[in-house]
Amino acid sequence: MEPSIFRFILRYSWRQQLLILGLTILSFPPLYYSLELPKLIINRALGNLDGPWELFGWDLERVQYLFALCGLFLLLVLIGGLLKYILNVYAGIVAERMLRRLRYQLYEHVLRFPLPHFRKVSQGELVQMINAETEALGGFVGDAIAVPAFQGGTLLTILAFMFMQDPTLGLAAIALYPIQIYLIPKLQYQVNQLAKKRVRQVRYNAERISETCATIREIHSHGTARFELARFSDQLGTVFWIRFEIYKKKFMIKFLNNFIAQLGPFFFFSIGGWLVIHGDITLGALVAVVGAHKDLSAPWKELLTYYQSMYDVRVKYEQTVAQFAPSGLLPAERLTGEPTVVPAPPRRLRVAGVSLRDEAGEILLDEIHLDLALPTRLALVGPAGGGREELSLLLAGLLEPATGRVLVDDRAVHELSEPGRAALIAYLGGQAALVAGTIRDNLLYGLKRRPIRPAEVPAALRTARARNRREALASGNSADEIDADWVDWEAAGVRDPAERLPAMIRALSIARLVDDVYTLGLRGSLPAERADLASRILSARRAIRERLRSEERLARLVEPFDPERYNTNATLAENLLFGRPVGSVFDLDQLSAHPFVRSILAETGLVEELQTVGYRVAQTMVELFADLPPDHEYFRQFSFIAPEDLPEFKTILGRATIDRLDRLTKAERDRLLELPFKLVVARHRLGLIDERLQARILQARRRFRERLPASLVGAVAFFDPEHYNPAASVQENILFGKVAYGQAQAAQKVAAVLAAIVTEHGLKEAVIEIGLLAECGIGGARLSQPQRQKLAIAREILRRPPILILHEATALLDAGDRAAVRDAILEEFRGRTVVWSLEDETEAARFEHVVVVERGRILTGGRHEKLAAPGDEPAAAVEAAS
Amino acid sequence: MSLQRDLEALRAIPLFAKVEPARLKLLAFTSEHIDYEPGEIVCRQGEPGDAAYILLEGSADVLVDTPSGRVKVATLGKNEIVGEIAILCDVPRTATVVAATRLHTLKIAKDGFLNLVTQFPHVAVEIMSELAARLHATTQRLTQVSLRLAELESRRP
Repeated sequence: MEPSIFRFILRYSWRQQLLILGLTILSFPPLYYSLELPKLIINRALGNLDGPWELFGWDLERVQYLFALCGLFLLLVLIGGLLKYILNVYAGIVAERMLRRLRYQLYEHVLRFPLPHFRKVSQGELVQMINAETEALGGFVGDAIAVPAFQGGTLLTILAFMFMQDPTLGLAAIALYPIQIYLIPKLQYQVNQLAKKRVRQVRYNAERISETCATIREIHSHGTARFELARFSDQLGTVFWIRFEIYKKKFMIKFLNNFIAQLGPFFFFSIGGWLVIHGDITLGALVAVVGAHKDLSAPWKELLTYYQSMYDVRVKYEQTVAQFAPSGLLPAERLTGEPTVVPAPPRRLRVAGVSLRDEAGEILLDEIHLDLALPTRLALVGPAGGGREELSLLLAGLLEPATGRVLVDDRAVHELSEPGRAALIAYLGGQAALVAGTIRDNLLYGLKRRPIRPAEVPAALRTARARNRREALASGNSADEIDADWVDWEAAGVRDPAERLPAMIRALSIARLVDDVYTLGLRGSLPAERADLASRILSARRAIRERLRSEERLARLVEPFDPERYNTNATLAENLLFGRPVGSVFDLDQLSAHPFVRSILAETGLVEELQTVGYRVAQTMVELFADLPPDHEYFRQFSFIAPEDLPEFKTILGRATIDRLDRLTKAERDRLLELPFKLVVARHRLGLIDERLQARILQARRRFRERLPASLVGAVAFFDPEHYNPAASVQENILFGKVAYGQAQAAQKVAAVLAAIVTEHGLKEAVIEIGLLAECGIGGARLSQPQRQKLAIAREILRRPPILILHEATALLDAGDRAAVRDAILEEFRGRTVVWSLEDETEAARFEHVVVVERGRILTGGRHEKLAAPGDEPAAAVEAAS
Repeated sequence: MSLQRDLEALRAIPLFAKVEPARLKLLAFTSEHIDYEPGEIVCRQGEPGDAAYILLEGSADVLVDTPSGRVKVATLGKNEIVGEIAILCDVPRTATVVAATRLHTLKIAKDGFLNLVTQFPHVAVEIMSELAARLHATTQRLTQVSLRLAELESRRP
C-alpha cells in the first residue's frame, strides 16, 4: 500500500482531483463578481444621483439599473451555488470511491496475512480499523485538494478584492493571521496526540467486546460478570478522560479562532471609519469590505480545520497501513491467480530440509526431510505440540517454511496460487470453521474458487448491474459478481446437474451427517421453488393417516389435526388458531393480547371463563413454585409464570376470590387470561379444560376463521387436511398432528413410521435437500461441534482433492462415529493421498507410512509394519529420508 | 383432576408417604405419564437406571436373567413402584420390567427427584428416615436369619 495518504490520493485519484481543482477555479469568477456587485449597487445605483447608469454598453434608467444589478447579483450567487453543489457531490463521490478502495485493500491485506500473524492481531481491532477509522480518511480524501484549493482560492479572491479596495484594510484583515498560524498548530498537536490515544483506547474496547463474545461461557460459568463490568467501566473511563482533555483543548482553539475573527470588524470600523471620514475610501467600499470580511472568516476557518484534520489523517493513515503490512504478507496475485496446472494425479511429495520458527525464534520444525511416492497414506504421530500440526500445515502450503521447501512433483506448494494449490491439496484441521449461511453453502464452499457462469440478469436490471461493475472497477474493487454461479461442479467430478444432489448426499453419508440433515429437513419448510413436492407430501400425509388408522398401537402415538376436534396434545393457543402464524401478528405466546382474538373470545363468551381457568392455573403455579428460588430451572421447564411475575400473581390471587374476578383491574384480568393459552390438556393434567370448554374453544376456532378480516388473512396459514400448509414444517405437514404425550418412546416410533413413509414416497432426497437449506448460524453456532466437523469433512469429500491433509480431524467426533468416519474417509480416498496427523497413534495401523514427529524433528519413520516391531532401529526409516 | 390422582398415587408409596403434599404435588407436576403396550419393556436389567415408575393402571412382570434363563420373580400392580433404587443411587437395573397388560405409569425421573431433594432438604430427611426404617427392618431380619443359621449349624453333628 502507499506509504502516505497523499501518495495514496495522488496515485488513485489524480484525475478526479484535477477535475475538482478545475471546478474550483471555475467557481472563483462568480464569487469575485458577487463581491464586486454590492459595491456597484451602493456607489453607482444608490450613491450616484446623476448617472450615467450604463451596463454592458446599455444606457439604463436608475431604477432599471438597480434591478439589473440586483438580478445580476442573484444570477452570480446562483451560478456560484450550483457550481459548489456539483463540486461537493463530485468530491463526495471521489471520497467514497477512495474509501471503498481503501477498505477493500485493507480487507485484501487481511486475506494476505500469513497465518501466524493472526495470533498477534485481535479481531476487534481489525474491525475497528477497517470500518470506523477509515471513515475519517475517506472524508479527507474528497477534501484533500478541493478544500485547500477552494477555500484558499476563496480566501485569496476575497483578500485580493480587499487589497484592491484598500491595501491598509486588507492588511488589517489579515493582521492576526500569523498569530493564529503560530498558535493553533501547537494546540492542535496536543489534540491530535490525545485523539490518537483515544483511537487506541477505542480499539481496546472493540477487542474487549469481541473477547467477551468469544468467552461468554467462561464468564458465566466462572461468575465473573462483575469483574468484566469493572474492567469495561475502567476502559470507558479512560476514553472519557481523554475526551474530556480533547474537549478542553479543542474548544480553546475554537475560542481563539472566534475571538481573532471578531477582532476584524474592530479594525475595520476603527481604521476604515477613519479612512471614510478622511475621504480616502468610499462608504460603499467599506461596506463591501466588511461584507467581504464576513465571508473571509468562513474559508479561513475551513482552512484551519483542514490543516488540523490533515495532520491527524496523515498520522492515522500511516498507523493503519503499518498495522496491515506485517512481514511475510502473501503476494496479492497468489490469492486469486488462476490454477496454473490441471492437477494431474501428483506422483511425488517431497519435504526438503524444511525448518520453521515461531515469532520468538523458537524452533518448531528442524530440518525435516521426507520423500514419498504418491498416492500413499501417511500418518504423522507424536506428542501434541511436537510439530505435527505445523508439519501438516506446511504440507498443505498454509505455512511458509523458514528454510527448505515442500514440493509436489517438483513444484513448491507455498508458491502455487491459492486456487491452484486448493485444487491439488486440501487441509482439514480439528476444529473446522463454518461460514454463516446454509448447510448447502458450507458444503459447496470448497468449490467456489471462481465464478463459473454469470448470473442470469433480467434485462431491466442490466444497466444497474453494468453501473455497479463500472463503479467497482473505478474503486479498484473486485468486479466478480457475487450472485454469479460460483460452484465448480466439474471440480467435484459432477457433470450432470441431476447428479448434484446425490453427490452432496453421498458426501454427507460418508461424514455420517446425512441423518442429521434429514432431521433438519423434516423441521424445515418447503422452499418456494420446490412447491412441486407439496402434492407428494400430501399423499404421504394420507398414507401415514392410513397406517395410523390401521394399527391401534400406532394410533395412540399421534393425535391428528382435525378441524372438528380439540387436540389435547396441543396448546390452547394452537387449538384456537388451528394453523401456523405467518409473521409475528399472531404470535402464539401473545395470542390473548391480539385485539381480533379478544373480539372472538368476547363474542363466544370465553373471556370470563378463560380468566377463571387462568385464576386456577395461577393458584396451582403459586402453590407449586412459590418456594423455589427464582433461578431454579423448573421455572424455565415447567412454570407458566416467570419467577419475576410470581409476586404479581400472588397479589392478584390475594385481591379476589375466583367468583369475584370483577374486583380486579382490567390489566390484572388480562394477565390471568394469558395463562390458559399455554395449557396442553394431555401434558399438564390440571383438568381445567374439560370437554364442555373444549367444545366452546372449537366454536371460537370456527368463528376465528369466518370472521378473519381481509387484512389479517395473510397472517395465518390454517390447517387443512386437504392442503399443504406452507407455514408448517415438512414433518408437521406429513404427520398433520401432534406426537402424543405419555406414550412410551412415541417420538422414536413416530420417527420410524415417518421415515418409512418418506422413503416409500420417494421424498427422502427431497427432505435432505430441504435440510441442506437449514441455516448453520454464525460460525455454525446452530450445529453441534461434531456436526460442524462432519460438515467440514463432507466438504472435503465433495471437492475431491488429490491430496488431503488432516490434523486431528476426527478428534471431536463422538466416540461411536470416530473410527467409522476415519475408515470411510480412507476408503473414499483410496487411490489418492491422505496425510493424517493423528492424536491417537494406535490409529496409525491403517496407514502405509508412519512418521513420528517430536520436538520438531522426525524421530523415526517408515512402513507401519516395520515400526510396529519393538526395538526396531529408528534408521529403518522413511525411504529416502536423506 | 388427574394431577390429584397422581398425588394420591405418590402418597401411597411408602418411600414418599412422609413427604409434604405440596412437595409431592410439584414432583407429580414435573413428572411424565408414560403408557406401555403389553409386552413393551419398561426397563431392562443391567442398563443404567434414570427413573422410577409408579404403576397407575395395569400390571407389570418383573423378570430376572439367571444362568438358567429368564425367571419371572414378581408381578406388580396398581400403586406399586418399580426402580426406586435407581433414583437414589447409580446402580444398574437389577431386573427387567415388562408390561403385562396395557400399562399406565407415572415416571419419576432421577433429575426431578434429586432436584426436589436438594431444593427442600427436609424432604431428604423424611426419605432418609423411611430408608433408615427399612434398613432397620432389614437388619433385624438379617439378625434373625443369622441366629437361625447359627442354630441350624450348631445342630449339625
